[in-house]
Amino acid sequence: MGANGSYVIDDREKGIFLLDRSVHVDNDILKREMTTIFAKCWIYVGHGSELKKPGDFHTRNVAGRPIIFARDAKGEVRCLFNTCRHRGAIVCADRSGNSRRFMCVYHGWIYNTDGTLARVPGEDAYTEAFDKTTLGLKGPAKFDNYKDFWFLNLDPGAPSLRDYLGKTTEYIDLVVDQSPSGKMEILPGTQEYDVAANWKLMVENSVDDYHLPSTHSTWLNFMKNSGVKVEPPKEPGLVLPTKGYAVDLGNGHFTTDNVNFRGRPVAAWIPLYGEAAKPEMDAIRAELVQRLGPDRATRVCDTNRNLVIFPNLVINDGSSVTVRAFYPDGVGKMHVTAWALGPIEESETARARRLDAFLTFYGPGGFATPDDVEALEMVQKGLANWQDDRWTEMSRGMGREGGEQLNSDEFHLRLFWRKWDAMMGEHA
Amino acid sequence: MSAASIRAEVEDFLFLEADLLDNWKLKEWEALLADDATYQIPANDDPEGDFRSSLFIIADDRERIHQRIIRALDPNCHAEHPKSRLSRIIGNVRIASAEGDLVTATANFIVNRYRRYERTFEYVGHCRYVLKRDGASFKIKERRMTLKSHELGSLGSVSFIL
Repeated sequence: MGANGSYVIDDREKGIFLLDRSVHVDNDILKREMTTIFAKCWIYVGHGSELKKPGDFHTRNVAGRPIIFARDAKGEVRCLFNTCRHRGAIVCADRSGNSRRFMCVYHGWIYNTDGTLARVPGEDAYTEAFDKTTLGLKGPAKFDNYKDFWFLNLDPGAPSLRDYLGKTTEYIDLVVDQSPSGKMEILPGTQEYDVAANWKLMVENSVDDYHLPSTHSTWLNFMKNSGVKVEPPKEPGLVLPTKGYAVDLGNGHFTTDNVNFRGRPVAAWIPLYGEAAKPEMDAIRAELVQRLGPDRATRVCDTNRNLVIFPNLVINDGSSVTVRAFYPDGVGKMHVTAWALGPIEESETARARRLDAFLTFYGPGGFATPDDVEALEMVQKGLANWQDDRWTEMSRGMGREGGEQLNSDEFHLRLFWRKWDAMMGEHA
Repeated sequence: MSAASIRAEVEDFLFLEADLLDNWKLKEWEALLADDATYQIPANDDPEGDFRSSLFIIADDRERIHQRIIRALDPNCHAEHPKSRLSRIIGNVRIASAEGDLVTATANFIVNRYRRYERTFEYVGHCRYVLKRDGASFKIKERRMTLKSHELGSLGSVSFIL
């Protein structure tokens, strides 16, 4: 640890930023993260579209907590702790489904989908002090949504979700604007995979465009083979085919904002999609121009944005749209869940194109993500020398801080670490 | 032709394929593919899904398989450098249908993958092949590998040909 109990050395005069590698390997730090980060921040639970009908539910682990994400009988979206009030067993073992009740198999206590306790077998054995109305399933202190993206907060004193999200909503809106009705949905099929690396390495990786030419040369080669121009422009400092920026969104949130070169289902055609896709993609773009005006339609169609909502939600709007959340499972391992997101009114052909485009880059069988996973696992292995090789170098682009910040700089990575470090210091 | 003899032919073919894949002879494997071949791995939580409406792990058409082979054999495919050592067992082969020159077969698979001298992975599942007769052998029209595990989880990636 550096001076003042801080895990970073942030020398803005010299333009040097160093990160203490203990943050990725120290078990005590992980324990404190669970209380100072995951129990204080708004944490993504799921999307309302995953709960189409009353009674629909998904069980998940969110920030280490087993929860039920459900739509109750009245249609309200709920987040319930999956823990029986009697002896503590989970009350729902199914991963997802539709149910009128959740029954604990241990002693048969039954809960409604809004969490209220419906039935206790042999209720006459209790005194009058036993009050069923106080024994509903508990839930997080706060639970709220922005445009059907639902988040929980375990801290009763937390700011509102809207205040927490701050300027990230502008970037969520750019994604949601793909839909003429403003309604997006999570598509069937979930990619869930572990990475043998600390969870924070995925935050860095999700927005670090510096790694693209070296980690993803086989993907760039595939793009080239598919008729996409991948040579970087002849401008000093640029390592990517087009220019992109890193943008500070406050509260530890940030995004990349890049001029597209790789094709986008909405709606930038590349040869990979085939000639037959052109008329439909032209029509998708025309609808956007008509609805949003030419400038905003260009923002929606021709920019790629990898958005990080602190601490562990990433929305990538690039080759396709992916919503990705990840949680630590021990200090050297994380569990990743990735979904595809699309407009609810999308045609069958556009939907198929979106899913195919997703797999060109993203996911455990994609042409890029497996190499990201490999890189992160190689970092975690290398960090075993942390006690004798203590500091990670993260100063790229620091001389320009305050000015233009490129996506291939490390400005946005530093934003994450400054926020993380401040929170860990505050609650030390 | 009797059902048993068709099964024997299909088994021989699947064992040949397994040998090529285990030994990273991907160009030779590619020669087993029909011009309209597809290679699919559905998401673990939607094993019956259609790749046009459900997010898969892999949903390759013929050209994408070709690109996947180029990538897998490239030393810059970091997820497979050094190459995983693979050993697969194909069993419980059954012929679902045999009509004209098309045979649909199902089987179970266990693919052991050894990675970087230390990690081992066991991919277990069920596969479905649509094979087209090609002289004395077959060409693969459809190859759908369905993993049994509830999630990919500790298996991480599918960076080789499953």
